Amino acid sequence: MLRAIPFGWLLAFVAVPCLLLLAIAFSSSAEGVPPFAWGTLSLDAWATLTEDSFYLSAFLRSLRVAFITAALCLALAFPMALALARAPARWQPALVLAVLLPFWTGFLLRMAAWVGLLRDQGWLNGVLLGLGLIQEPLPMLYSTPAMLLGMVHAYLPFAVLPLYATLLRLDRGLEEAAADLGASAFTVFRTITLPLAAPGAAAAFLLVFIPAAGEYVVPEMLGPPEAQLVGRALWGAFFQDRDWPLACLLAVLLLAVLVLPIRLFQRLENRP
Amino acid sequence: MLLSLEGVTKRFGATLALDGLSLAVERGEFVALLGGSGSGKSTLLRLIAGFEAPDAGRVLLDGVDQDRVPPQARPCAMVFQNYALFPHLSVFDNVAYGLRREGLPGLDIAARVQQALALVGLEALAARRPHQLSGGQRQRVALVRALVKRPPLVLLDEPLGALDAALREATGQELRALQRATGAAFIMVTHDQAEALALADRVAVLEAGRLVQCAPPRDLYERPATRFVASFLGGANVLEGVMGADGLLHCAAAGCALRLATPLPAGTKAAVALRPERIALAAEGELPAENAATGVLRGVVYQGAGWLCTVALAGGQSLRVQVPADRAVPPEGVPVLLHWPATANIPLAD
Amino acid sequence: MSRVALVAGLAFLWLPILLLVGYAFSASPIPFQLGGFSLRWFAALAADERLLEAAWLSLRVATGAATLATVLGGLVGWVLARQGAFRGRALFGALAGVPLVLPEVVTGLSLLLAFVGLQTLLGWPTERGATTVLLAHATLGAAYAAVVVQSRLSQLDRGLEEAAADLGASPSQVFRTITLPLIAPALAAAWLLAFTLSLDDVVVASFVSGPAGTTLPMLLFSRLRLGLTPEINALGAAILALAGLALGLAAAMLHRSARHQGKAG
Repeated sequence: MLRAIPFGWLLAFVAVPCLLLLAIAFSSSAEGVPPFAWGTLSLDAWATLTEDSFYLSAFLRSLRVAFITAALCLALAFPMALALARAPARWQPALVLAVLLPFWTGFLLRMAAWVGLLRDQGWLNGVLLGLGLIQEPLPMLYSTPAMLLGMVHAYLPFAVLPLYATLLRLDRGLEEAAADLGASAFTVFRTITLPLAAPGAAAAFLLVFIPAAGEYVVPEMLGPPEAQLVGRALWGAFFQDRDWPLACLLAVLLLAVLVLPIRLFQRLENRP
Repeated sequence: MLLSLEGVTKRFGATLALDGLSLAVERGEFVALLGGSGSGKSTLLRLIAGFEAPDAGRVLLDGVDQDRVPPQARPCAMVFQNYALFPHLSVFDNVAYGLRREGLPGLDIAARVQQALALVGLEALAARRPHQLSGGQRQRVALVRALVKRPPLVLLDEPLGALDAALREATGQELRALQRATGAAFIMVTHDQAEALALADRVAVLEAGRLVQCAPPRDLYERPATRFVASFLGGANVLEGVMGADGLLHCAAAGCALRLATPLPAGTKAAVALRPERIALAAEGELPAENAATGVLRGVVYQGAGWLCTVALAGGQSLRVQVPADRAVPPEGVPVLLHWPATANIPLAD
Repeated sequence: MSRVALVAGLAFLWLPILLLVGYAFSASPIPFQLGGFSLRWFAALAADERLLEAAWLSLRVATGAATLATVLGGLVGWVLARQGAFRGRALFGALAGVPLVLPEVVTGLSLLLAFVGLQTLLGWPTERGATTVLLAHATLGAAYAAVVVQSRLSQLDRGLEEAAADLGASPSQVFRTITLPLIAPALAAAWLLAFTLSLDDVVVASFVSGPAGTTLPMLLFSRLRLGLTPEINALGAAILALAGLALGLAAAMLHRSARHQGKAG
């Protein structure tokens, strides 16, 4: 009985929705509410998708952006997590809080802050103009770097925390043993710390990569308007074009692309 | 002198882990550091290895002050308590790790690793990962990983502590044989007195960060310097008394008079250790005038090799008495006579 | 080396937020420009009926969603940690993990389809709004809550529960007197996590909500598309102050209970 409640919930709100996604991706669209016909079979959405190279390039661009975001996050998060794990024990809760607290200010407000910093009349241009470093405002907002900056800002804590947990679990005795056997500090890091933290680092990378591949809000607020990503394409198909089958097909394909990284992530998470 | 510790002191916050400790270890010697938890024995080991720096005092290896010498540059190798085997490396790579840091050619490394693994009969397991080994095998890998560098000094932190009782004795003997074969000096931390007495050339007893006594096992057991050593090793009874004009030590709490090998001046207060196995227990008979007491048998515990009896003496003190297994033990609650030879009285310094 | 990265990383995380808060007190009508100290944007915030209405709706939705998510997620975590093999366990475990790895747009779209399907089939929910957002957020939050509760339960010494049963406690008494108190911190953490997820979500809510249910993030997002206003800075400052206050209270409570337990132990 106690098992039936969560099982029923998971079936109704996780399993069925995913199956509906697949069903409606291959239904025909219709006038009305909802704008598709139940129980039909149609390849219209598939035809729309393959006609236009726009969607393929959106997928490729999304994967590239997600990859760069995850790589940047990892590059910054690894030394941060190392410093956190090595900080005196009584400071660690406060430092972890300092990494987490930005979460509680709200994602949209953080992105709004970047808009305020980066736009032409923004704070950064004001500072640069004031210092006389530039003569006229640099167009920084609505560019790929601005978008990546926002993505890294949004996802960095996702990478820091699992890495911190990994490094905290790492047995310091192993590093001492290596030092005792004659390894220099750098060699200890290269031959012991890094290989032992590698699965945690891979998990942190995927934890950023997977949601970043479907990200909609950050590119919308900070990215260049012409750079189409899957998240934006799906949003546009759904809200602007009211083409639900196409939106569903994009969702299904996004999942198909992400199945491999998702499986990999779950295997890393379930390691003993 | 291979290792000299000179007045080493180490504080962790408010606790004094080591308190002005001095100790010297010769080449090829096997020294056991024996003490309870919190006695500072593991801290001492970490200090020699270079993982901790002393707050005062000096650590000299081969006459060279090791102040600010990092662990990787010290001529000693450590066997860690839980072995600290690298889980991502094979047995071979674990053992080769230290040699690779020395930048030896690959062929030499392979030869030395194979030779070292053969020494402990693990050559067939070279490709295994640590988690695929049994506890005893892991212990040997950890040992060989330290020995393969041929260090003059090997530090062992409770090397037998993680093994089950059946393996301990055999592994301990192996340890001793390896130490003889390599000629390295071993310093072994342990809380197990039997292990320390069985393996070491000298046993250093630590209490609250201080070295209480350091002596060969037999001396330590037969001539404990303090009441801590006496009771820590073999659970000796301690009797306290005052020297009388008759040349005997009168112990009021025990209700008996003891003859000492070297009599002290009358009126001196003294303490004496008395080993449970030196005391004879009888249900009836004549009570000698000295080195004897009467009491009531309060408890009997069977210990395989014998019976451990608790006898409440007339003066209020209780004595632990060990009776060989082939003797009959009277029922509890019965009055008994105790007596022992004068040589069993070991005078204590404090 | 790594300390430099930590300081730089924290600066990167905090700089935009601190500037956002700092400029909330600037009188200038252009956001992120100095214009003398003023609380006028806080006053404007307090007078903004639509925004207050959306904030109130968001708070109610988040509270409901977090509570439902904690109950459901707690059950899921308990089943995964404490029920051995049963028919469909593999499916159960897999489904419990799905919401954690789905991109937001996919979650939003799929849940919307579920609501449309339910409406067609059962005639409910009759309209989309606060209720559908709440259910969607509860589903998302429950997945996270399940992870938190499951990991706490699997760390828990089974011997404690067995000891209680051995001393004569019925299964429900064991749960009430032993298990529940011991996983209470995990449940609190799960609730807080689900609450935060709900308050912060714009994508899933946009898909599953209707005209009647504009949450604060949805309103904010539509306004931000029109342009930045200093009022947004004031809102950021207010939210940070509230989050800091809540966190301080939580830390004080944790500290007290830790001291309490320290005395008992």
